[in-house]
Amino acid sequence: MTVTITVNGTQHTHSVEPRLLLIHYLREHLSLTGSHIGCETSLCGACTVELNGKAVKSCSIFAVQCNGAQVTTIEGLATGDRLHRVQEAFWNEHGAQCGFCTPGMVMVSKQILDRNPDPTEAEIRHGLEGNLCRCTGYQHIVKAVQAAARVRA
Amino acid sequence: MIPQQFEYSAPKSLAEALALIADGGKPLSGGMSLIPMMKLRLAAPDRVVDLARIAELSYIREQAGSIHIGATTTHHEVESSAVIRAKCPLLAETASFIGDVQVRNLGTIGGSVAHADPSADYPAALQALEAKIVIKGAASERTVSADDFFVDTFTTALEPGEIVTEVIVPVEAASTGTSYQKLLQPASGFAIVGVAARIQKSGGKITLARVGVTGLSNRAFRAAATEQALTSGTAVQAAADVVAQAIDANSDLYASAEFRAHLAAVYAARAIDAAIRRTS
Repeated sequence: MTVTITVNGTQHTHSVEPRLLLIHYLREHLSLTGSHIGCETSLCGACTVELNGKAVKSCSIFAVQCNGAQVTTIEGLATGDRLHRVQEAFWNEHGAQCGFCTPGMVMVSKQILDRNPDPTEAEIRHGLEGNLCRCTGYQHIVKAVQAAARVRA
Repeated sequence: MIPQQFEYSAPKSLAEALALIADGGKPLSGGMSLIPMMKLRLAAPDRVVDLARIAELSYIREQAGSIHIGATTTHHEVESSAVIRAKCPLLAETASFIGDVQVRNLGTIGGSVAHADPSADYPAALQALEAKIVIKGAASERTVSADDFFVDTFTTALEPGEIVTEVIVPVEAASTGTSYQKLLQPASGFAIVGVAARIQKSGGKITLARVGVTGLSNRAFRAAATEQALTSGTAVQAAADVVAQAIDANSDLYASAEFRAHLAAVYAARAIDAAIRRTS
């Protein structure tokens, strides 16, 4: 069936199979490979994108469900050469090691701060529960979210 | 992991959806259980009927001492609803512990109860709240208690062609204390054991005790022995210790039946203690 989805501000129309997952639509139809496929079982969060302003795991939603929606991926966060404050904070605080989980971490961190501009450490950790990192031990990721919170957008 | 092919429908009205479901279509709500099952090919429906575009299924309404919650209301909408936080805080607290942010953004209350995972969080709260579940089919409409709704593992009172359209919870008296406490499976966030408690006190005595338990057995249930012990003046830990009495506890990779029963007593005591502290 035909779907029209606005991704990072650009409207796209494609004919897709209903079983096509959003992550495959983004990576294979639009060549937006920033969102990663980690576990494929909705546990790791590496595929997190924003759907109509809400963080979702794009491996667990079909592209057809997103017909008419606005999607933002990690590629859509920066403004020109200016990184989003969450990206900047991950850079400054060494929130990434291998970087595989980072796109999802950044997207969910943005959601945490959009909903709660001044979260406690416990609230940040609760917000990150759906995203797994196998390198950092999460400490620098939490610090990055705290640093981003200090920078008012 | 690619699901088997299927036809997709996204009706705008409930009547249209119920006609498609009566014809064998599989209802899709938030998809947080169904889509992973389709990816694993544990589910392979020929037609998926997406309920997300049916505006008449998404609402939170206070009405005559109850709160009516439309089936496609997401966990995030429940946890952040001013009405539910103020008037049925147990449900808001329980919703905030489901899965993770991303799951709560898509997953729905109707989908969760219809799926009836024996480790899901909502059923414990809905049992403690003595909630009602509204069920509709193309030619039927009925309301059943949470206790009658949750029949067995992944098995509910839903007949073929029927869906959950609404969940009804009570407006809580301001003096009631409530708490949901769970031990979560660290990867999935599901409750290894979860206990929801509702307590009312009068003159230093517990006058009402409702204790809902999930994760322990094949279905979420009300722990009658614990409730009776509390209202007859038994100390909290002693009352919590009988929570798994006569229950056939689940056993899996994460927790043996014996350990789960032990955890149930520990988390029941924590939930009851917290609920008592919140009474006024």
